[in-house]
Amino acid sequence: MLRLSCPWCGTRDELEFSFGGESHLTRPTLAASDAIWSDYLFNKENPKGIHFERWMHSYGCGRWFNVARDTVTHEIYAVYKMGLPKPDLD
Amino acid sequence: MAPTQKNRLTSGGRIDRSKPLSFKFNNRKLQGYQGDTIASALLANDISTVNRSFKYHRRRGIMSAGVEETNALLTVSDGKGDVPVVRTTVRALVDDHQIKSPSGFPSVNFDLGRVLDFTHRLWTAGFYNKVFKWPNWHWYEGMVRRMAGLGNLPGGEDGNRYFHHNLHCDLLIVGAGPAGLAAALSSVTSGARVLLVEQDHELGGSLLANRALINAVDSDLWISRTRSALEEAVNVTVMTSSTVSGYYDHNVLTIIDRSTVGVKRFWKVRAKEVLLATGAIEQPLVFENNDRPGIMLAHAAMEYVNRYAVKPADVMVVVTNNDSAYQVAFTLYDNGVRVPAIVDARKNIANEIVQQANQRGIPIMSNSVILNTFGTSVLSSVRVGTLSDDGKSTVNPTDEIACQGLAISGGFNPSSDLYSQAGGNLQYAAELACFVPMQCRQRVTVAGAAQGKFSLAEALTEGACAGSEAANKAGFTCAPIDVTTSTTSSYNLKAVRITPAGDSSRKWVDFMADVTVADIELAVRENFVSVQHLKRYTTTGMSADQGKTSNLNALTLLAELTQKPIGEVGTTTFRPQFMPVPMGAIAGQRHGDFYTPARLLPAHDWHVRHGAVFENYGAWKRPEYYATNGRDRETAIREEVLALRRSAGLFDGSPLGKIELTGPDAGEFLNRIYVNNVLTLKPGRIRYGLMLSENGIIIDDGVFARLADDHYLVSTTSANADRIIAWLEEWHQCEWPDLEVIISTVTSQWGVTTIAGPNARVLLQGIESDIDFSAQALPHMSVATGTLLGVPARVQRVSYTGEMSFEINVPAIQSQRVIEALMNLGGNRIAPIGVEASLLLRTEKGYLHVGADTDGMTNALDVGFAGIVAKKQSDFVGRRSLLRADDQRKDRRQFVGVEPLNDNENLQSGAHFVTPQDEGRRSQGIVTSACFSPTLKRIIGLGLLERGFERKGETVTVFDDGRTFDVRITEPVFYDPSGEKMNA
Repeated sequence: MLRLSCPWCGTRDELEFSFGGESHLTRPTLAASDAIWSDYLFNKENPKGIHFERWMHSYGCGRWFNVARDTVTHEIYAVYKMGLPKPDLD
Repeated sequence: MAPTQKNRLTSGGRIDRSKPLSFKFNNRKLQGYQGDTIASALLANDISTVNRSFKYHRRRGIMSAGVEETNALLTVSDGKGDVPVVRTTVRALVDDHQIKSPSGFPSVNFDLGRVLDFTHRLWTAGFYNKVFKWPNWHWYEGMVRRMAGLGNLPGGEDGNRYFHHNLHCDLLIVGAGPAGLAAALSSVTSGARVLLVEQDHELGGSLLANRALINAVDSDLWISRTRSALEEAVNVTVMTSSTVSGYYDHNVLTIIDRSTVGVKRFWKVRAKEVLLATGAIEQPLVFENNDRPGIMLAHAAMEYVNRYAVKPADVMVVVTNNDSAYQVAFTLYDNGVRVPAIVDARKNIANEIVQQANQRGIPIMSNSVILNTFGTSVLSSVRVGTLSDDGKSTVNPTDEIACQGLAISGGFNPSSDLYSQAGGNLQYAAELACFVPMQCRQRVTVAGAAQGKFSLAEALTEGACAGSEAANKAGFTCAPIDVTTSTTSSYNLKAVRITPAGDSSRKWVDFMADVTVADIELAVRENFVSVQHLKRYTTTGMSADQGKTSNLNALTLLAELTQKPIGEVGTTTFRPQFMPVPMGAIAGQRHGDFYTPARLLPAHDWHVRHGAVFENYGAWKRPEYYATNGRDRETAIREEVLALRRSAGLFDGSPLGKIELTGPDAGEFLNRIYVNNVLTLKPGRIRYGLMLSENGIIIDDGVFARLADDHYLVSTTSANADRIIAWLEEWHQCEWPDLEVIISTVTSQWGVTTIAGPNARVLLQGIESDIDFSAQALPHMSVATGTLLGVPARVQRVSYTGEMSFEINVPAIQSQRVIEALMNLGGNRIAPIGVEASLLLRTEKGYLHVGADTDGMTNALDVGFAGIVAKKQSDFVGRRSLLRADDQRKDRRQFVGVEPLNDNENLQSGAHFVTPQDEGRRSQGIVTSACFSPTLKRIIGLGLLERGFERKGETVTVFDDGRTFDVRITEPVFYDPSGEKMNA
């Protein structure tokens, strides 16, 4: 049961949030090849370690935001607003 | 002493002899005392066989005094119905308990199932797949199902009540034995919020089974002083009869709290720091026939004597590989049990201990192990052998030594379940021959026996240190208290638990799942050498006890057989729950009416008064049909359809999803979402549209209206309302945050009443409103705003039935008033329409019902949207997917109408379109909707058919439930194809 810190509302239980999968995806244009389009649709990162992903505070403010989470330890390294670039975690 | 309690000691123990309790075991009336567990009461009454084993139906007796029990899992009734698989070793006895052995036919003492034991060589690991092959599994299934299992599920309503609670603390201490109590005492002064949780109803842990001197006072006194000190401290909460059952991420733990009779509370605790003082579990020894009633863990025997004043038997042999069992032997002896021998696997035993044994006249047989045990119903004797020099065989078997009990001690294994659930790793400590906690990613520390510190002195001092350290880590300040004991204890374990002799198919490793050494040997021979495979193939450790007394021995065996160090064999991961938790506790109050809160229509009461029969559509309770004048369902639906087609119908569409979009970019935003062109829609007009997933699949359909230049109203299907608002928000916030649009859901703000039918306009023109309902002012697919009966109203000309139709939106609170007014005005020219009639009307019209007529493979092109897509210039969600070759295949399943050639054929949704007989009857699609049309007086349907668009007029065979018949493929519209009535 994770504990996430919504950038707008503060720290809340995982129960209040919805998981939205990998973040920082770039949506290809209509001119993209089938290969690029299917990569965008189906090939998601599945790292052992830090994953940049998006969550929504569904039972709160309803805002989406980004989370950098370790998929092994579930440690949350960063929470940052939509549209911001991946933070440097080194 | 009650006459039946043959094994009860005359004094001592923590039972209350002034409060006798009567209970029944397999219908035999017996007596125990307040303070007994069910198991201790059974032992007091000299009940040796309490159950039959899972697979071989062997007699089994009480084997432990704790949660690790593998045998005495019985069916218990306390007047609220039978509860199976109750661990009677930890369940307090109450008056009038009815206890039954779940296994054994006709009785637990004479069980015909014993034939399985005589033929045991047939039932080895994997026997399901080996023995039951011929003629086939089903030939055996009934018999196996009857014989298997650990009891029967109770029927009827659960008499218990269940609640969920949340709790936050700075320090959660699990276990109130010596280490946990010392830790709690140390942390009291820190001011940290401390929660101490103990599964027993008493604090003390191992001290309850074996008293000691702590800080120069008797441990009973120390415990009660400690309890008072903790209860007086405002920052400490003590929970007893509560088991920490699960350890989850970010230090969330669950507790099943049984402290209130008839109520079970399931706590979710978030702790800054966790201290596990969960103790250790004694491990059994493995020798031939080590499962007979009368054989029990040594420290359990001591607990029965000291805590419950019950001697497990009159004559008991003690067998051990470590020092700790000597205390057990002495306790038994001092309480009148004859101890004919202590059998010790070690050669060298400390002089001090030998002297104490000599004083009592108990002979010690060193370097020895049990070879075999004997007895018919209960243990009657054991045979002992000496270990050979290399330890791989035995020599010099003795004569049988008569005894009725055998106390076995293979040393301890830390109770690491919670630590493992938390993600902690265990390492094998060779000198202790057990697994101890090593490292964990979560904020958890382990103290006392749970960390492999098995002496009381270590548990106390290290518990005190760990308690203050944990409080410090949580941000509080305190120092460890001084807590000492004059009681010394030694351990000196020799890692021999398995007798290197005897029939391995009669040497039990897992008593609960009935797994023997032979099963593990077989698994290794068949190359199931990974610990994960071994576990699943043999089922070792997979029963309700999660291998608390079997995992270590199984791993030791596996290591021996594969000639690997035990540390390299590895362990399996423990999973929640540590102890079985009732399903009711997990559900809490989320059952019955609270499972999904019902959503009622704003005019619910009106529908009730007019005979509505309600059905659940998602969370909404909606009229399925109206049982006016007692008519049945089918009649009602037919009459409702005809009433609407002939004159007018009123349909409550309030659950319809309604989303408003405002802002300068509202149109642009919707244009990127809808398949259709949104930008060309003029204010006051409405368009029907599809929404796709990014994969091109239809996720929703509905109309969207442009109320003003920068103001749109989107209608979604009722079931998808919540999903679509989330979908729009996600696209706006994550993909196009630059678009200026505000999305708001107004589903429950507006009540929707649809008036449809040839007389709809005439009716509406009779009602007080400033809206012009004429065909010129308000044509099909247009919207008007104004007032109706003096309240704000939006009227949309949209039709789901194929008739002229007005969808009247008013503030939800006014909905009932509008319905009443319209119905009064209409009199017998208007009838209320339920959901079923509405769906039937749309089938006649051939309108798509997303989710029924489409599935997870249906794209926009499959429902005839190719032209609309082609005309649109810009991108929209899912458009790129429609360009893929596969999405444009000509032989995709496409939306069609269908009607049987022969009127008598009962076409049903779910039937398959199939290829001709000579082509092998391959499925070419499915009938997705079908009904008898009251309007057309024949059966019609809709479906998805390969190449459907080019097959209109063709005859196709349909397969349904074993029958085949022919249907004609048509346009998906059966009623008013020209739209003349709808556009009127």
